[in-house]
Amino acid sequence: MAKKLMKGNEAIGEAAIAAGAPHYFAYPITPQSEVAEYLCWRIPEVGGVFVQAESEVAVGNMLFGAAATGMRVFTTSSSPGISLMQEAISYMAGAQLPVVLVNIMRGGPGLGGILPAQSDYNQAVKGGGHGDYKTIVLAPASVQEAVDLMILGFDLADKYRNPVMLIGDGMIGQMMESVEFPEKYRDPVSPEGKDWALTGAKGRKARITKSLFLDPEKLEINSIELDRKYKRVEAEEIRFEKYKVSNKNKILIVAYGSMARICQTVIDELEEEGISVGLFRPITLYPFPGQAIHIEAVKANIKTVLVVEMSMGQMIEDVDRYLKGKKPIEFYGRTGGIVPSPNEVKDKIRTILKSKKAESK
Amino acid sequence: MAEQANVIFRRPQSLSENVTHYCPGCTHGIIHRLVAESLDELGVRERAVGVAPVGCSVLIYNYFNVDFLEAPHGRAPALATGFKRMRPDMIVFTYQGDGDLASIGMGEIVHAANRGEKFTTIFVNNAIYGMTGGQMAPTTMPGQKTTTSPFGRDTSLAGYPIRMSELLSALVTPAYIVRTAVHTPMHVINAKKHIKKAFRLQKENKCFSLVEVLSTCPTNWGMPPHEATGWVASTMQPYYPLGVFKDPEKGVG
Amino acid sequence: MLKQKEVVMAGFGGQGVMTVGQLLAYTAMDEGKQVVWIPSYGPEMRGGTANCTVVVSDVRIGSPIINNPQSACVFNRPSLDKFGPLIRAGGLLLINSSLIDVTSGRDDIEELLVPVNDIAIKLGNPKVANMVMLGAYNGATGIVSFDTLLKMLNVKMGHKKELLDINHRAIAEGRKIGEKFRTKAGTK
Ligand SMILES: Cc1ncc(C[n+]2csc(CCOP(=O)(O)OP(=O)(O)O)c2C)c(N)n1
Ligand code: SF4
Repeated sequence: MAKKLMKGNEAIGEAAIAAGAPHYFAYPITPQSEVAEYLCWRIPEVGGVFVQAESEVAVGNMLFGAAATGMRVFTTSSSPGISLMQEAISYMAGAQLPVVLVNIMRGGPGLGGILPAQSDYNQAVKGGGHGDYKTIVLAPASVQEAVDLMILGFDLADKYRNPVMLIGDGMIGQMMESVEFPEKYRDPVSPEGKDWALTGAKGRKARITKSLFLDPEKLEINSIELDRKYKRVEAEEIRFEKYKVSNKNKILIVAYGSMARICQTVIDELEEEGISVGLFRPITLYPFPGQAIHIEAVKANIKTVLVVEMSMGQMIEDVDRYLKGKKPIEFYGRTGGIVPSPNEVKDKIRTILKSKKAESK
Repeated sequence: MAEQANVIFRRPQSLSENVTHYCPGCTHGIIHRLVAESLDELGVRERAVGVAPVGCSVLIYNYFNVDFLEAPHGRAPALATGFKRMRPDMIVFTYQGDGDLASIGMGEIVHAANRGEKFTTIFVNNAIYGMTGGQMAPTTMPGQKTTTSPFGRDTSLAGYPIRMSELLSALVTPAYIVRTAVHTPMHVINAKKHIKKAFRLQKENKCFSLVEVLSTCPTNWGMPPHEATGWVASTMQPYYPLGVFKDPEKGVG
Repeated sequence: MLKQKEVVMAGFGGQGVMTVGQLLAYTAMDEGKQVVWIPSYGPEMRGGTANCTVVVSDVRIGSPIINNPQSACVFNRPSLDKFGPLIRAGGLLLINSSLIDVTSGRDDIEELLVPVNDIAIKLGNPKVANMVMLGAYNGATGIVSFDTLLKMLNVKMGHKKELLDINHRAIAEGRKIGEKFRTKAGTK
């Protein structure tokens, strides 16, 4: 298909249609209201469901109901709205329902601001609601990748019967880049073959979608079953990208989403100065590619692992968990809607290298 | 002091000196002033607390010289309930848009009114989501074009605009509920009377009070200011009749 | 030629800075280049200023945020004050001299003054000032070919046929100024 120049928010909406999921429930919130403003006319063209709900609490629970039909459904929102959906996310994880949720993150906590941030990492990967559950978390770094990961997200949600969350910062939603959509769009995915979907008990035993297990043994079994599923996800679904990672690297940057792109510029510019830095970019934040980071980080030349985030430091805990003290870890971050500039990150790297030199003297 | 030097018009004490960020022709500013004058005239400024909504008027606290609390979107009546229950001696009010009050905050306002919480709500109905860029609100008029109803509000899918004052008046609990407007000087004067009365009833510890004010959003309606005030009269007012829906003093409702 | 070019378009809301930025991005994409268009968004817009950054590159674009762009087209004074100091040394600044009566005061960048509003009014529609600026910018930098630019204008504006002609003329007027500037700069 021909390349189109599209805003991230609109491309995310179109990607869902391509994935056979023209069923959208949402409530306006900056910086992602363009998704609804796009889909409100686009969905009627292809025949699907568009509902502007009265709140994000309602959105989450509309998705709960809609997902139980076995059809592909999704929403998009931004940080405060995603907080309100945590109830439904926990219930859907408990009831093992597939759904895709997009968080175009803005600065928090509270009302915070509306500019780009990555401060909902913990909420997304550690589970923002109650109970022993996980959501699969995908983090695109470009508009094209947002499209690709939306489509993958629906497949993963169906495969594992689990909520999938795509997190991007405000920039991913607002910027325009060239994108390509699949040549062939999937027909809206039907409940066929889904032995859990509620389709009416015609000629079969009635099915129940629920998360209540009053018998503690049964509830434990449910949690064990979920845990087994997450182990499979951890074994099979890890995705990441490496940029200029080599044995010469003195520093390994770990960053995701837009932040990783900014670090690419940092790496290119430092390369010209003769400083070798590599980038490890997790694409799945849960499951986290910790093992793969470990392999790169312990290489002899690497002096420090530098985690860069648009937050006060959240992913750094996961990096730390896998490195187990084998290499020093440093952090650089800005937050509140301030995007770290390539220059700031370069300065941080120069400072690290200078202090390492001083140490080794 | 010479006669000519008498001050006959001044900024209410309850308003601050700051210039508002509202768009030209937006009537949020007029409504702010009416609230401020009422607080001044009732002499309650120093024991008043406002609860700000999420909407264009989220920055209301910059324009008032009164203590303020900033609520999550739609939850102002719950915060006001909590505050007023702890401090019944204070004068508490929420100031909310139609997205804030009639959409996401529908649950909170209905239950606060039903419990007869003794605070005052100023409900600014401009038939649209202003702050987020003109999406459809529950109060958007049938056929009205917005960024999420580009072909006009389709009542078969989105229902009809919610008449909040009528809906809340259906509750049995006594309350003062009135709908006003500010698109002409006459309407402004009248709205002031009701806003002041709402605060007086709170001061007398009588009942929950809510004043709905039909307001403009020229920016997102896509109209110059004078057309916007005309649109309030021609389109909103016939659907949203002005008047007192509930008044414990008159036995209305 | 540099691998990557960046330009900031900045002015009041309503001056069409977003539109010309997008048109440039569409054109560059049509020529097979990598592009990013990124707007300012949020409360800034209510204050009346708007800006967007366009990045055009032969290779994959890293940071979409550019601290020190190579060039900027500023349509009003606040935009000059904001972006003038940020332009990279050796860069290019186009100033709307119809509304701005000062320059950046920098001697390490090139400046081109274009009275885009006056030219647009002379052409018969003040709204095409943005296209005059785009013509001047592209005339001075040659980032894209004018053939593709006009082709994309036709595609994007096809539904407003009555406005096409004046937009073409606006770009042509700007182009003259930009190209003259480039030849002069080249012979320096
Ligand atoms: C939980 C949550 N959801 C959504 C938003 C985004 N949001 C901010 S203001 C607003 C609606 C404002 O409309 P209204 O209440 O009618 O007030 P107006 O701006 O028109 O005065 C929305 C949806 C938010 N801040 N928080
Ligand atoms: S967007 Fe509408 S409600 Fe908000 S300040 Fe402007 S005119 Fe008023």
